[in-house]
Amino acid sequence: MSAQEKIKQTVDNNDVVLFMKGTKMMPQCGFSSKVAGVLNYMGVDFADVNVLADADIRQGIKDFSDWPTIPQLYVKGEFVGGCDIVTEMTLSGELDQLFDAKGVVYDKAAAEKIREANA
Amino acid sequence: MAMEARDIESLIRGSFPQAKITITDLAGDGNHWAAEVIDDSFKGMNRVQQQRAVYASLKGKMDGAHGELHALALTTKAPE
Repeated sequence: MSAQEKIKQTVDNNDVVLFMKGTKMMPQCGFSSKVAGVLNYMGVDFADVNVLADADIRQGIKDFSDWPTIPQLYVKGEFVGGCDIVTEMTLSGELDQLFDAKGVVYDKAAAEKIREANA
Repeated sequence: MAMEARDIESLIRGSFPQAKITITDLAGDGNHWAAEVIDDSFKGMNRVQQQRAVYASLKGKMDGAHGELHALALTTKAPE
């Protein structure tokens, strides 16, 4: 299977996927750590793909989304954004709205706590 | 090789001549940058589309582990 096929399958088979450097338990880059941290804190059940473990995926995911940086968050097959966009959406409440609209389970109170702490 | 703030601005400026562009050195190390780009052309685009356009203006400087631009936090919006 090509890298593109693997990525497509991963994104199609998991409601929430984060392509990141390292793993959700052990991130290896501050930007990846920030996004994984938000999802963990909000109690979102997500699949993590460590791009450092596979050079083809590392390059392939950039081609897949036409986006040059990692991390990359996908919800129900749709590319949401990288660290800056996810951070903005978390603080504005747009991430909650996206999860609501897509039927992704998360802890709303935890999301509110993140916003209070960053107000 | 690290990039200077004016190099980053001029690359972005090349694609967005009328934009309000603010470049900030986040860590003071010439390696971790933030860029805010406010441009009329962003109207009607979502954030992914806006930031894709800015990345395109950087012409591969962010590519790969040895890209000249290691870290660039982007904020994009259309003028209020």
